Amino acid sequence: MAAVQWRSRGRNYDAELQRCRPEAALVEFGDYHPLKPIMVTDTKTRRGARKGSTSSSSSSSSSAPADPLSSMLDGTDPLSMFAAASATEAPAMTHSSSTGDLGRKRREKEEEAVGLDFEHWSSKRGEILARFTTTEKLSINLFMGSDRGKALSPGSSAVSEKVRTRLEELDDLEEGSQRELLNLSQQDYANRIEELNQSLKEAWASDQKVKALKIVIQCSKLLSDTSVIQFYPSKFVLITDILDTFGRLVYDRIWTMCSDPRPLPDGFTVEDVNDTAKETCLNWFFKIASIRELLPRLYVEAAILKCNRFLNKSGIQETLPRLTAMIRGIGDPLVAAYTRAYLCRVGMEVAPHLKDSLNRNFFDLLGTFRQISAESVQNQLVLQRVEVPEYLTLYSPAINWILQCIAYRAPEPLLTEMMERCKTLGNNALLLNSVMRAFRPEFVAARATDFISMIKECDESGFPKHLLFGSLGRSLACADPPESERLTILNEAWKVITKVRSPQDYVNCAEIWVEFTCRHFTKREVNTVLADIIKHMTPDRAFEDAYPQLQSVIRKILTYLHDFSVLFSMERFLPFLDMFQKDSVRVEVCKSIMEVFIRHQVELTRDPVILNAMLHICKTMHDSVNALTLEDEKRSLALLIIGFIRMVSFGRDFEQQLSFCVEARATFCNLEPVLVQLIHTVNQLAMETLRVMRGSHSRKTAAFVRACAAYSFITIPSLSSIFSRLSLYLLSGQVALANQCLSQSDAFLQAAVSVLPEVPRSISVEGKLRSSESFLLDFINNFLATLLVVPDHPEHGVLYLVRGLLNMVQDYTWEDNSDAKVRVYVSALPVLAAMSQETYLYSIPKVDSNETLYGGDPKFLSEINKLCETLIGQILDHLKALGRDEQNPRRQGALAFSLFGVLLAHGDLRNNKLSQLAVNLWNLSHKHGFCETRISVRTLEFIKHQAQQPDMAHLSDTVQRLALQSRT
Amino acid sequence: MSVTLDIRLKRANKVYHEGPIQLISSNIEVAKAGKIPGGKTEIPFEFPLQTKGNKVLYETYHGVFVNIQYTLRCDMKRSLLAKDLSRNCEFIVHCQPQKAKVVPTAVNFTITPDTLQNIRDRNVLPKFLIRGHLDATNCVISQPLTGEVVVENSDVPVKSIELQLVRVETCGCAEGYARDATEIQNIQIAEGDVCHGLSIPIYMVFPRLFTCPTLETTNFKVEFEVNVVIVLHDDHLITENFPLKLCRV
Repeated sequence: MAAVQWRSRGRNYDAELQRCRPEAALVEFGDYHPLKPIMVTDTKTRRGARKGSTSSSSSSSSSAPADPLSSMLDGTDPLSMFAAASATEAPAMTHSSSTGDLGRKRREKEEEAVGLDFEHWSSKRGEILARFTTTEKLSINLFMGSDRGKALSPGSSAVSEKVRTRLEELDDLEEGSQRELLNLSQQDYANRIEELNQSLKEAWASDQKVKALKIVIQCSKLLSDTSVIQFYPSKFVLITDILDTFGRLVYDRIWTMCSDPRPLPDGFTVEDVNDTAKETCLNWFFKIASIRELLPRLYVEAAILKCNRFLNKSGIQETLPRLTAMIRGIGDPLVAAYTRAYLCRVGMEVAPHLKDSLNRNFFDLLGTFRQISAESVQNQLVLQRVEVPEYLTLYSPAINWILQCIAYRAPEPLLTEMMERCKTLGNNALLLNSVMRAFRPEFVAARATDFISMIKECDESGFPKHLLFGSLGRSLACADPPESERLTILNEAWKVITKVRSPQDYVNCAEIWVEFTCRHFTKREVNTVLADIIKHMTPDRAFEDAYPQLQSVIRKILTYLHDFSVLFSMERFLPFLDMFQKDSVRVEVCKSIMEVFIRHQVELTRDPVILNAMLHICKTMHDSVNALTLEDEKRSLALLIIGFIRMVSFGRDFEQQLSFCVEARATFCNLEPVLVQLIHTVNQLAMETLRVMRGSHSRKTAAFVRACAAYSFITIPSLSSIFSRLSLYLLSGQVALANQCLSQSDAFLQAAVSVLPEVPRSISVEGKLRSSESFLLDFINNFLATLLVVPDHPEHGVLYLVRGLLNMVQDYTWEDNSDAKVRVYVSALPVLAAMSQETYLYSIPKVDSNETLYGGDPKFLSEINKLCETLIGQILDHLKALGRDEQNPRRQGALAFSLFGVLLAHGDLRNNKLSQLAVNLWNLSHKHGFCETRISVRTLEFIKHQAQQPDMAHLSDTVQRLALQSRT
Repeated sequence: MSVTLDIRLKRANKVYHEGPIQLISSNIEVAKAGKIPGGKTEIPFEFPLQTKGNKVLYETYHGVFVNIQYTLRCDMKRSLLAKDLSRNCEFIVHCQPQKAKVVPTAVNFTITPDTLQNIRDRNVLPKFLIRGHLDATNCVISQPLTGEVVVENSDVPVKSIELQLVRVETCGCAEGYARDATEIQNIQIAEGDVCHGLSIPIYMVFPRLFTCPTLETTNFKVEFEVNVVIVLHDDHLITENFPLKLCRV
């Protein structure tokens, strides 16, 4: 087999390139060309007149043919069209989908429906549940009513047994079932209530309407129980959920009774409702009217308020004032306030236009306000050991809600009147607070100075002032007070805030005011505020309990201050960060800062203030990594740090940049992606130096780029990913070569070759184990292509690196039954052929490749040829081996064909032996019929085409001998 | 050994009638004798309600001692070999609404320890002043009972205020008459220590099944009363009674 003789085909790359190049044709300015830029100008929407204006105001820069996308859509850019539409429609869509069920959707369409600017109850729910919590044990007593019924009617001895049992049956859920659940934790309680909600739905679905009603009655009764009073607001939320469910069920049931033969129209009137439905509806109202106890009767009737629509036109209008008045019968002011809130909530949903009842509710609330200081309330507080200020805050959600309903689209004079009424009441802090929370921020902001003086006049003992300032701050965070008053407002507010003794109360309030400060003032004021917070939160490590608030402070500052040089020049910013001492929180904060930095820092920076602070922050993130850190977390941290590194630039001061990289490497040694980035940065630095020196280094810059190479060379081995190492060695080798650092380049490439045997046969890619073969082949091909320009080392033999690589390939333990090794050999042939050309395909400026070193020395060429012959020998041996094994005709064919391709492209086929070999390979590859005919035909055409080129006439002989196998 | 035989009446004070008083009785033939085809046969019928002699027809009413009930019985005579069939069913009689207009007259009330009757020791009573009014005591049965009550002051906190609807049945008999009161509805209108000086609405819907227009006959009466019951925190029970006259318009 050694009879093969290799001769590389001589190439004239320039001529070949010229032949391949298509003729250039100039495009005239007006001509259509698909790659010409198309400009689509944004479609301006004019609200109101949208119908007419949807058709185009977009145009493309070339006048003749329009942008195919926009022309198809009648000139309107679809994206801007969506954007325009979403401005008007999207909120409505999200709204109806959030409410979800049929009954509600119908209502949304009604004229009087509440607008989107109304903050719905659903958004308050979670907040209340999160805020009003307790660790005390709770109880649910679903038997309560009947016990009291007995106790309260001792006078009516004449009540017959029958009536009595009937009444009792109505009172308890299931006969004889004592359902008193004691010692419930808050979570248990919520679960129980949810169970009740479920059993309500089940009862309803299984047509047990009476049982459903009983459940609802029992649940509303729980609302008259004010033990564990601090949980009351949450209890209200949970139980009114059930009432809402019930109201919906009843309404939908009656609605479906009328939907035969066709559904009721949205704006249906009483005349559209049939008698059966009316009778059913009336029955519900009668049943509810006979509920003995006041509170359940009120709540349940309120829950089905909407059903009045089926009975008469004025039903809702008459019922609301009546229910409002009935609430006066509730003695406990807290229970009454929440009942009012529920009535307003239902009223707002069903008939938002009936404002009078809302106002009436509020005035009644004011009228009964003195109840709060009544003896019975005070006794209760003593018994439950609840302080008055805490008790007062329990009212906030209810009063806020009522005021929010009133304030919704209310005329300014009404709001002013409400404010005045609050002023005239004695202990008005609670109300004042609610006014500030519920009224439009713009309204409050415009009168901020007024409010401040009202807050000052408030009685300190009742409602804590910091809460009042908190509420004011919340309004000022989204609406701006008159410019001239801003500083006074801040000073007045902070005077009070800074005096708040409890760190928790302090930070809750301060956190809100940070936003106002950031909105309107400079870093000086923000810095002062930060200093004050640090002063308050440091003693006794109070910050430990206030991480969420402190984090929020950072978030707010970052929302307004995007200039990081300003941010970090605030003296107290870093000390503020030092308060985050819990690892997880600190990392969280650092990440949020980094995210803002990456998003908003546009210009590269060398500002030492920023760099120091950022290095500090990144180091904090990096140091949080330990053995237990999840891969995802590491990746996101690494990405953030990389984002920072990429923003650092010292301009022309390359040495400074390199020493920054040295420092960064030491700091971030545990995050591999960061190290990889650093190597890239340094390589880029070397190339940048080369560019600045216009290709020729001075002594100084040459030393510098060698330093860069040294940096990479010592950094790469610390990477654990073998392919990162390989590709970085190759890349750094290329960079070194480009910078004329021959020995460094040699070292990189040698290192790469020596690492090769370590490549495992399978590697983990995105968590899955995959064969490394394809990666390895890619790398080797890439490597071989580089070797073309790498000059031989004077002290080592000819083609030292190529031989080294091929030896490694030979010794590598490839997968069993794989052609990979031989495929490397096949792809090494073109490189060797390219090396034997007089002028190489590519070269590196100022670096002499082997073409110049050897100058076409016959000894060098024969070395190459010998090497090729060995390789071909190996390949042929492999082909033979494949032939012996009957299983592999396809592999044999493919391999033979690829070798044929190489011979054709790179071998000198004037040589008879080579030509004969090519013919044999062609036949071998076609022997088993696995060759694709299309490719064979095209190959033949190509050869015929080649044969017409100068000096290639011999190919026409060869092509005669290549037979096309007909398909059978 | 002696044997005694004892008769005990379940309720000794109850007046037992000999039997129901018949107000009406009429017979009509709805179908002539003949063969009824197989399957379902519906025979329409109607007849006027004519009283017996000088009796008056009253509204259907189911009480404890007084029952006014109207029944229909359908008999089907059949041939010798088959049993006769018979079915009973109740039907409800409501009076024609009265044409006369009810003029509401408001009734004011004031309750203090001094206005109370039936108390053992006036000295242990806490001080209180409760005022209010009912919009009317002659009520339309389909309209709610309305009014207001105000706790002007009270030494002991109020626990609950309730409206108790009571039905009074009176039956005449030889020895006099028997009177019996039944609570038919109890509605709480105030719970807990209500705000003083604030008017609390009185509002009660008359239950459909247990009320009827006030009825006065020579033999019996069905009347209604409402009690405003105020329970104080020390479980003092203060009751103010108002007779009502219900009618249908």
